[in-house]
Amino acid sequence: MAEVRLDRITVQYGEKTAIGDFSLHVRDGECLTLLGPSPCGKTTVLRAIAGLAKLASGEVTIGSRVVASKDRRIFIPPEKRNVGVVFQDYAVWPHMTVEANVLYPLKKRKVPRKEAKEQVDDVLRQVRMGDYAARMPFQLSGGQQQRVALARALVASQDVVLLDEPLTNLDANLREEMRFEIKRLQNETGITVIYVTHDQDIALVISDRIALMDKTGSIRQLGAPEELCKNPQDSFVYRFLGLSNFIPVEIVDGEMRVRSGAKSIPFPYPMPSGMGDGPFYAACRPMDITLSREAADGRAQAGTGPGAGGALEGLVTRVIYLGNIYEYRVQVGDSEIRVQQDSFEAFKQGVFREGQVCALGIENIRYYRDMEEVS
Amino acid sequence: MDQVVLKSVTKSFVTKAFGEVTAVDDVSLSIREGECFSFLGPSGCGKTTTLRMIAGFEDLSSGEIWLGDRPVSIKTKNFYVPPEKRQLGMVFQAFAVWPHLNVYENVAFPLRIQRMSNTEISDRVKQALKHTSLSGLEEKYPSELSGGQQQRIALARAIVASAKVLLLDEPLSNLDPKLREIMRFEIKDLQKKLGLTIVYVTHDQAEAMALSDRMLVMDMGVVQQVDTPTNMYNNPANRFVFSFLGLSNFVPVALHDGLIWPARSASSSLECEIPEDWDDDRAVLAARPNEIQLTTEGGYRTRIKNRVFLGDYVEYRMDIGDTEIRVQTHEHRDFQTGDVCGIRLGKVKWYPAEDEVSDEERERRKVI
Amino acid sequence: MRAGQSPRGSELRRMEGSRLNTGQLLLVISTVILIITVVLPVAMIVYNVFFYKWSFDWSLFASMLTDPDNLAAMWNTVKISFFVTTLGTVVGLFFAWLIGRSDIPLKGLMKSLFVIPYMFPPFIGAMAWGLLLAPRSGYINKMFMALTGGRTPLFNINTLAGIVFVELCYYFPFVFIQVSGALERMDPTLEESARIAGANQMTVIRRITMPLVVPAIAAGAMLILISSLSHFGVPAILGFSNGIFTLPTKIYELIYRASGSFEGIRRGASLSILLVAVVVLALALQRRVLRAGRYDIIRGKSMRPMLIKLRGWKVPLLLVCFVFLVITVILPLCTIFGVGFLKAYGVPMKLANMTLNNFKYVLFESKMARDSIRNSFFLSITSAVITMLVGTMIAYVIVKIQPRGKGVLEVLGILPYSIPGIVLAVGVILTWSGAFYLNLYNTIWIILIAYIARYMAFSMKSASASLEQVHDSLEEASRTCGASHFESLLDVTLPLIRPGMVAGFFLIFLPAMRELTTSLLLYGPFTRTMGVAIYSINEEGYTVQACALAGVAIIIIVLGELLLRFVTRERRGQ
Repeated sequence: MAEVRLDRITVQYGEKTAIGDFSLHVRDGECLTLLGPSPCGKTTVLRAIAGLAKLASGEVTIGSRVVASKDRRIFIPPEKRNVGVVFQDYAVWPHMTVEANVLYPLKKRKVPRKEAKEQVDDVLRQVRMGDYAARMPFQLSGGQQQRVALARALVASQDVVLLDEPLTNLDANLREEMRFEIKRLQNETGITVIYVTHDQDIALVISDRIALMDKTGSIRQLGAPEELCKNPQDSFVYRFLGLSNFIPVEIVDGEMRVRSGAKSIPFPYPMPSGMGDGPFYAACRPMDITLSREAADGRAQAGTGPGAGGALEGLVTRVIYLGNIYEYRVQVGDSEIRVQQDSFEAFKQGVFREGQVCALGIENIRYYRDMEEVS
Repeated sequence: MDQVVLKSVTKSFVTKAFGEVTAVDDVSLSIREGECFSFLGPSGCGKTTTLRMIAGFEDLSSGEIWLGDRPVSIKTKNFYVPPEKRQLGMVFQAFAVWPHLNVYENVAFPLRIQRMSNTEISDRVKQALKHTSLSGLEEKYPSELSGGQQQRIALARAIVASAKVLLLDEPLSNLDPKLREIMRFEIKDLQKKLGLTIVYVTHDQAEAMALSDRMLVMDMGVVQQVDTPTNMYNNPANRFVFSFLGLSNFVPVALHDGLIWPARSASSSLECEIPEDWDDDRAVLAARPNEIQLTTEGGYRTRIKNRVFLGDYVEYRMDIGDTEIRVQTHEHRDFQTGDVCGIRLGKVKWYPAEDEVSDEERERRKVI
Repeated sequence: MRAGQSPRGSELRRMEGSRLNTGQLLLVISTVILIITVVLPVAMIVYNVFFYKWSFDWSLFASMLTDPDNLAAMWNTVKISFFVTTLGTVVGLFFAWLIGRSDIPLKGLMKSLFVIPYMFPPFIGAMAWGLLLAPRSGYINKMFMALTGGRTPLFNINTLAGIVFVELCYYFPFVFIQVSGALERMDPTLEESARIAGANQMTVIRRITMPLVVPAIAAGAMLILISSLSHFGVPAILGFSNGIFTLPTKIYELIYRASGSFEGIRRGASLSILLVAVVVLALALQRRVLRAGRYDIIRGKSMRPMLIKLRGWKVPLLLVCFVFLVITVILPLCTIFGVGFLKAYGVPMKLANMTLNNFKYVLFESKMARDSIRNSFFLSITSAVITMLVGTMIAYVIVKIQPRGKGVLEVLGILPYSIPGIVLAVGVILTWSGAFYLNLYNTIWIILIAYIARYMAFSMKSASASLEQVHDSLEEASRTCGASHFESLLDVTLPLIRPGMVAGFFLIFLPAMRELTTSLLLYGPFTRTMGVAIYSINEEGYTVQACALAGVAIIIIVLGELLLRFVTRERRGQ
């Protein structure tokens, strides 16, 4: 177990700056995910830590050792950094058996044969590949190769393991299974894990903390998954971490309104402070919106949520059944927003049809000045 | 009127490595005019082979296929209509757009075969391009266009000759998720606008359920269930269909004295309604993660093994007897790992405790 | 490179410290080797043609260009190449289609049989056809004249047409292999979508399959063109007796007639430049043709394409294939071995006239023949090993290290591939006969250097292909497991490219064994190769012994090919 410290590192490829002035402190034994759209430099950060990329400036420290420093002219080559890496294409050596693959790091460290074999058996069992020691990689599926790569990385280092989008090439079911496996392994071994991905689902499951990066390589927010989801600092973070609706809102006579063609309709929620006078955005999650039918007297009733006396009216334009959820597209003013509901709830309430008018109740609204592009 | 009818269609072949394989096993179905019908199943289940038999690219081992009131394949009479005479439209997974022809010529191809006049071709091609949002790109070559646009070329080409039935073989698998969603809507809108009958093959259950009026689920050549998406999701015919359509929990149980005991655990019983006609003393209970309730008091008591925040949901893992289950809830109640909680099963499907199909057999079929 | 995009492994290697590192060292060595073997001969040709005794003088070049004999030779070269290319393309295309897209039986067998002419030494084929269709003494002509009672032969092989015919037999596989490969790899849904659109099978071929296969046809045709332009063996064996010359044979004749004097070599060098100019034009044409319309038509899923049902045509077409194979493969083989077993050329092939003496002679009695076999093995094995090792090193530098100026390395490596064998021989003579204080003329080493130069391109190409299959991440993974750069090369890269290197060895060994052109110009009294030996024995009139030696050569080559198949099949099955 070791902590990893990156101090203002810059990596350049020829003329281009792949990552600039990047700093990060990964705590001992934590699982930290570098999350962001591709490309944004997150893989480069990983390579800098591993020694596969050279620094144009800054320092990399693993544990108490400075492994790379431009100023102090230090560069410890990858083979001496004691860092395990799982590559995106697994990089399992096709000409060696599973056992030989996982044994290799121990061979390089000149660990005696008997002890090495025991260690290998142990770790193979941990990744549930205990019966496959004698197989050749071409006999294994993608997921199995992935586990071999993981085992090998765990053997290569007790301190730090770096994973570069290892689950992207697997099918959905396997991806799901593997992310729990990785989490379990990390819990069991207590090793420091740095994970790189563009997939927020994976990040949410495995991370103790997430560093959300944007396309320029800056960290937008750093914190526990729940923290990022519950308190996204800006619209980029909000949009990246899940499906979102951004409703453009303007202030007229001290009230919030939504444009609807030439007119505008009321947006019946408490005015946020600090947004100034100009137009801004109300952001909400599809799952936080409830739909209800018009009241008998023709006026739409407000759904749950702190209504300000009126109701937000919408027109259902699409109904999509996805099995476990129903998804609606609802026209609210000029905006089309996405609403999701667990299907058993939808059945209880009565499923909406296209063309029906409905009333929307929205929870957990956040307000942002702009709507940043996420990819 | 039934637009596509399959009567006891079977396809088997012999491979050197695996011996005789029945890729499609006695499939019968009728697809109505204007219906969007999906074949859903894992890779190697026979759905693509079935589609190709409808198209005429594969011969039947036995059975019949009719398009409308016309037979196109009757094995017993050795009757076979070649693909070019079946008047179908087809869209392939890898687009199959011809790289040496521009967009206009690609779409015009079926009409040129029919020797239509240039003016009529021009009209129809323009129409088809309009329907697929490709107007203005006539002169471009496929290599200059994106994946989504190439797929639209394939779509335009499929509808230009006014075919009534469209076959789509995993057409969206090669596109990124955002584009997939957009194209799904476009296909659905196109279908409604032109009144097409669509046969759609996919392994993505969300896609099948979103698009279809009816669908079938296939496994290892055998049709497991044919129904509307909602019916199928709410009443899966067997364990395979249940697990294929979404996240699932399967809890093997034993019945003693009218009580339900999770297998291999005698600590406490489960509260759940036993179906009236259930006469076996074993069963497998199937429940969706988001249809199980967690309570602080009452219910089946168990300890939370793991808690994960998933954004829209929180997922908990716990044991019922020896079986680990997952529960997804919206309510961010403060259950933490290690807490004791109670489980109340909501909607539950009962299945017989039969053996699961081996993974090996499944792998075998994927290779073929 | 955009922000965030990972660098190639080359980054890693380029960053290894500031002292002279493995990469730079390899680069320097590679460049030096290529300059010595490749650049020098070419430069020497140009220099010696245009400079006489240190001053610029292009009078020789001008006089060579205006000599009517030389012009006739050039015209012959173009004519022959044109016909060989067009006819060879048609034949190759026909058979590729038949085997790749119809339901003709025995496909597997025919595919392997059709590739056999590809491994046959064309000049031995020319010898065989000479034995059969020489205007007066050829066996077939003699039979024909006996039958018709006349004095006109069925066909005179010692003509332009004869040369075209024989070259055609051995070059059509270029197109066959290219088109077969393209048809096999083509995505069947491209044709299926045309059928669903209403097109019947013939229309699909006409409108879809053919246009998509044109690039492969063109690639194969260009290979035929360039090979034919540079070819020496067939026109030499069939054309000399009738005074028919092509540029390559004329070059040889000029040097030979002047008994290897410097003046003769200068003349040969001048014509060489002319020949190279023609080949370069053809290469430029090739690049243009290949660039226009490279389609990405490779399929993903493994589905079988629809086949044309031949029905009634099955048997006749099968017969056609059979007859063709007899003509191109069986007949020449039987002739060579048949005559090799004869007591004397010209006698009827009866058991009574058969003897083992010829084979005994070439294998055990004739010193020259035995020496030639030994020389050929030595040269082939040595040049194969050296080019394989050097080629791999150079390829590694180009593919993995990617230093600045790697383009130069690439060009240097490919250069000899486009220079005809005869021209390279001339250049090698000029370079290594004392010009640089090193006279290797008449030794075996001058031939070795020529072989290395000639085959470097093949080995670089095949090594590049192997190396490109070894993803950077495999080496990087071993680094992160504690292995140094050098250890990674040994433990990961080398084992993975070893099968490719073995195949690469055979890729040089086999052509080198049957080579004639280069060694014919470079051999000395004790350094004959098998090709030279067969040629000279034949020229001196000892036909039956020549055939026996040719038979031995064929056996060695066939064994080598089988060994290659065995070795590469094992790898594929892994």
